[in-house]
Amino acid sequence: MLKIDIGRQLGAFRLQTSFEAPARGATVVFGPSGAGKSALLAVIAGLQRPDRGKIEIFGESLFDSERGIDVAAEDRRIGFVFQEARLFPHMPVRANLEYGRRRRRDAAAHATFDDIVALLGIAGLLERKPGALSGGEKQRVAIGRALLSNPRLLLLDEPLAALDDPRKAEILPFLERLRDEVGVPMLYVTHAMEEVTRIADHLVLLDHGRVAAAGRPEELMSRLDLPLLIDRADAGTVLIGRIAGHDLERGVTSIAVGHADSGGAEFLLSHVELPVGHVVRLRVLARDVAVATKRPEELSVQNVLAGRLTELVERPNQRCLLRIAVGSDTGAAALLALLTADSARRLHLRPGQEVFALVKSVASSALV
Amino acid sequence: MNDSLNGGGRFLTLTPEEWQAVALSLRVAISSVLVCLPPAILVGWLLGRSHFFGKSAVDAFVHLPFVLPPVVTGYLLLLLFGIRGPVGAALNDWFGIRLAFTTSGAILATAVMTFPLMVRAIRLSAGSVDRKLEEAARTLGARPLDRFVTITLPLMTPGIVAGAMTAFAAALGEFGAVITFAASIPGETQTLPLAIYGALQVPGGEATAARLSFVSFALALIALFASERVAHYAQGLQRG
Repeated sequence: MLKIDIGRQLGAFRLQTSFEAPARGATVVFGPSGAGKSALLAVIAGLQRPDRGKIEIFGESLFDSERGIDVAAEDRRIGFVFQEARLFPHMPVRANLEYGRRRRRDAAAHATFDDIVALLGIAGLLERKPGALSGGEKQRVAIGRALLSNPRLLLLDEPLAALDDPRKAEILPFLERLRDEVGVPMLYVTHAMEEVTRIADHLVLLDHGRVAAAGRPEELMSRLDLPLLIDRADAGTVLIGRIAGHDLERGVTSIAVGHADSGGAEFLLSHVELPVGHVVRLRVLARDVAVATKRPEELSVQNVLAGRLTELVERPNQRCLLRIAVGSDTGAAALLALLTADSARRLHLRPGQEVFALVKSVASSALV
Repeated sequence: MNDSLNGGGRFLTLTPEEWQAVALSLRVAISSVLVCLPPAILVGWLLGRSHFFGKSAVDAFVHLPFVLPPVVTGYLLLLLFGIRGPVGAALNDWFGIRLAFTTSGAILATAVMTFPLMVRAIRLSAGSVDRKLEEAARTLGARPLDRFVTITLPLMTPGIVAGAMTAFAAALGEFGAVITFAASIPGETQTLPLAIYGALQVPGGEATAARLSFVSFALALIALFASERVAHYAQGLQRG
């Protein structure tokens, strides 16, 4: 468990942040540029000193302005993956990886050198110099170097921001495996929604140096009162589901969201190469969901889900954002739908109404 | 034709006294570089990386031998380290060390003269070491001295090598401070430039002066060439 409650004045900007992160899995700190995300990580790592407050990790105080505690960065055992890899240019990859490990031999290791190297797919790079690596390879080595220092917590400061899209796609699966297979809690800072939906077990929204909201990403992303999440082109929800079955003839996979007995919802996706029962994350964008008041027929859209309109808010530019609970009344899952204000008026949409959500596109990613 | 070849052969043949001057020059130059290096790295790093009270005073003091006439530097050394000088007397009384008019004195005078050159090169390289790398080392558990030795110092290497090579080349030619502080004692303090000057002061010494000048020229070329190679190699180490 990580407990943060700190204040730091940086010129006119004030970082005034308080939150708790779970001891397992990935906590993503999401916010626009200039929200104070990087400063927050630097403070947690001990690279910057807050003016006041407390930082506690697994019950041990790392910083406490009242008790005069300030553990040096080198003694905090907090791994840091920087945006620009920061590999040591005069050492081959192997020496970079060994750098932290040698200095923290006494600490309990989460995984062996070979495990980490295999997990990150960098076995073939060990004898090379950082100058001879691609951006994606550098970042993988940087992640390995931080992990091998046996940290209690791994901080990642926009580790994909400096990479182009193909390189991002190359690294994201490694980060997912890291979260699921290595037992180090992660605090991951980003301003990219894609990374939030794929990485986050727990989400902290940071805006102007303050925590706007914190909680499970499925919950936060289905709320209509968080402009940071809904006023963007890729607003939408994350659903946790389970592979229910494959129909090889039709080339589709059905994914159950929520409990089948209490009236869960079921999604049909193009064939997903995962065994039945495997847990997956589904990502449904608000702009990909249309709404009908009667069950539509003769439709190319595969996923038509019965649900209840629970909330409706008007947004700028004559838009209307809807929250629809699909499945049982308990709300197995929520979808957001983005309509024009005109459509919402035409259909006389109001909260409490039974509606059908037409989901045009669903993205899935595997969870262990 | 035979004669001229023989003459050329004779021209390149140094007398034992001349060899002595060459060997002494190399010894003084190498020793002065080695003596200079540790303090030059420390001062170069301090000036290049940190801000402290009195930094500009330290900076000016370090550069003093660079701007003072060498004879004045030699004279100041004599006042300080001479047998009656405050430091020289103490060294003599406590350790029996004499600097003035000895080889050690020639090394000291040369080291003082070349110190600013070395500091300038090292300071530049220290300033260009990316602090972010030291930060990264910190998060990996490296303490200050550890970080300096494993990250900062290796990344400063090209500057240190360049500084050492420049200082070596300059040390071979050091004249004013050495002759003032250590005098020109053959086999003791008479380095190449002093020997050349000495040879020119006596009738019939032109041949010796020419030979020694030729050796000086060759040594300078070799030092320049070697410094290029080493600097290139050191940079290659970093780029990978």
